[in-house]
Amino acid sequence: MKVSRFTLYTNWLLDRFPLKKMWHDHMVHYYAPKNFNFWYFFGSLALMVLVNQIITGILLTMNYKPDAELAFDSVEYIMRDVNWGWLVRYMHSTGASAFFIVIYLHMFRGLIYGSYKEPRELVWIFGMLLFLALMAEAFMGYLLPWGQMSYWGAQVIISLFSAIPVIGDDLSLWVRGDYVVSDATLNRFFAFHVIAVPLVLVMLVFLHILALHEVGSNNPDGVEIKKIKDKDGIPLDGIPFHPYYTVKDIVGVAVFIIFFATVIFYMPELGGFFLESNNFIPADPLKTPEHIEPLWYFTPFYAILRAVPDKFAGVIAMFGSIIVLFLLPWLDRSPVKSIRYRGPLFKKAVFLFVVSFFALGYLGMKPPTATLTWFARLFSLIYFSFFLLMPIYSRWEKAKPVPRRVTQPPSLQRFMTEVKTAYYGAPSSKDKNYTLYGSTEFRTYPSKQGLINLCVLLAKKLKASLD
Amino acid sequence: MKYDGVDDSKRQFLTSALTVVGAIGAGYLAVPFLSQMQPSVKALAAGAPVEVDISKLEPGQLLRAAWRGKPVWILNRTPAILENIKSVQDQLSDPESKASIQPANAKNEFRSIKPEIFVALGLCTHLGCSPTFRPEVAPHDLGEDWKGGFFCPCHGSKFDLAGRVYSGLPAPTNLEIPPHRYLSDTLLLIGEDGGNRA
Repeated sequence: MKVSRFTLYTNWLLDRFPLKKMWHDHMVHYYAPKNFNFWYFFGSLALMVLVNQIITGILLTMNYKPDAELAFDSVEYIMRDVNWGWLVRYMHSTGASAFFIVIYLHMFRGLIYGSYKEPRELVWIFGMLLFLALMAEAFMGYLLPWGQMSYWGAQVIISLFSAIPVIGDDLSLWVRGDYVVSDATLNRFFAFHVIAVPLVLVMLVFLHILALHEVGSNNPDGVEIKKIKDKDGIPLDGIPFHPYYTVKDIVGVAVFIIFFATVIFYMPELGGFFLESNNFIPADPLKTPEHIEPLWYFTPFYAILRAVPDKFAGVIAMFGSIIVLFLLPWLDRSPVKSIRYRGPLFKKAVFLFVVSFFALGYLGMKPPTATLTWFARLFSLIYFSFFLLMPIYSRWEKAKPVPRRVTQPPSLQRFMTEVKTAYYGAPSSKDKNYTLYGSTEFRTYPSKQGLINLCVLLAKKLKASLD
Repeated sequence: MKYDGVDDSKRQFLTSALTVVGAIGAGYLAVPFLSQMQPSVKALAAGAPVEVDISKLEPGQLLRAAWRGKPVWILNRTPAILENIKSVQDQLSDPESKASIQPANAKNEFRSIKPEIFVALGLCTHLGCSPTFRPEVAPHDLGEDWKGGFFCPCHGSKFDLAGRVYSGLPAPTNLEIPPHRYLSDTLLLIGEDGGNRA
């Protein structure tokens, strides 16, 4: 048989590069548990948002000027005069918030299904380092538009370093490169935001995935699928990542893009949550805005900082609230991974933790009045108790027996049937024309009761994913 | 691995020696790299003193100037304000400014060279926001006990009109008083005091 020229070229490549092996190890013969639910979309979505940030970021640097005199105007120039500049900038600014939404959900998934527990401690640690790098990236990126909020936000956060005894003042001077946040600060933040931190992020993503593929993915049941294998050594409860999960993730991507595009095109500032109105005023080193607050994704930690009446202790508490997450694999003493089989105590603890996280997020956006500060103290206490008391309550709790194999792999077809039944009501013998896909009711106005039933169904599904 | 005739201790010594020399070299290289991020000569030179004309400063009025890129306040205090400063003494965390930064000739009751003219860096000692000037007495948002002062909107620190911080608030010390001196009765020089700094 004649060998085509194309095959010859591919063979030349494959003889010299382990492309086949990589594809084999990480895609078609990487076996992921077959019972992933919607919580497992957020890993691949985070990767997609990272790509979005890199591409739009490269485009933005082509017109942005990292200079205190020019920065603000160059951003307005991008918004007004550069072809599609507004789109690229809004994709970048919305992408930053989307990144945090996706990452918080991704982390929450890890928390409820015990994905940080043995043997995945390192996956969690790499993930937490990614979270830290992401926070640094977002913080430094926020200075670049050189608006009032950029300026004073950076001033406050850099001043945090000055709380460190002895070396603090010199350290914050070194970070700023000047006595105040100035052109020197803007330039170096640009360098970090555009080169240094993205490199770190990409390397950490690589390590995160490599470490994951070494130990294998966890799943909503917290069952180790590698324990039960067929005669070929393939986990009985595993399915190849490609094509099964690549295709599944496309569904997640599609849903994500609906929300993402809605924000970009209809509400790019999202009422001050994604872009703060004070940041449309050029930076003024002599005047702090009446009320300064970080963007929503930092407010829980900011609220903890403000809750403590002492400067240094406040800084310690704020960093401590992130450091404590690193320790999670060793704080949790429960033998069971997934929340499905853990006792009621853990479920209540998680509930309180989520409430305190949202409450702190809200309080971090509000001016610091005396009452609100007391609330912030209460919720900070709950936040820390969740982690620091975990060695105690996770040991006490009574776990349910964990099955040997995974349960209920989700089925899209079954889900769609449930959705239609909730919306249209159960088919009765009277409606002769009723078919699942051919109903004439599609053309009528949305039914109020149907939508309510639908919301109830989705809420039940969400709850079911937790127990 | 074990090779015959290999002097392991010599090999170990050479490895350690190379590691140490390499680490020292890396340490030296780190100096220019890290030092690069220190304020440049230009940034240091920008710290030159500035002159401020206060001849048009009305009683009760606050003038904002810039020194080293930082806001500097010059406040003309009325006798009523000075009375109020005396009255809040027991609510402050550092009433005598022992732990705070100020020139020696401003380390007194009113934290100024002349009681009526108050000069301060307008940056909160907590995290560097610029507090707002709130001279009015007992406004509804700051409470009945407010005798006029500065309020930091970022983290809620309160200062009296001598820049002294109220106790129980995040700011650790009183507002910093920059070095300054009078060139004449109406001309202030900020950034230089002829060696009076405490």
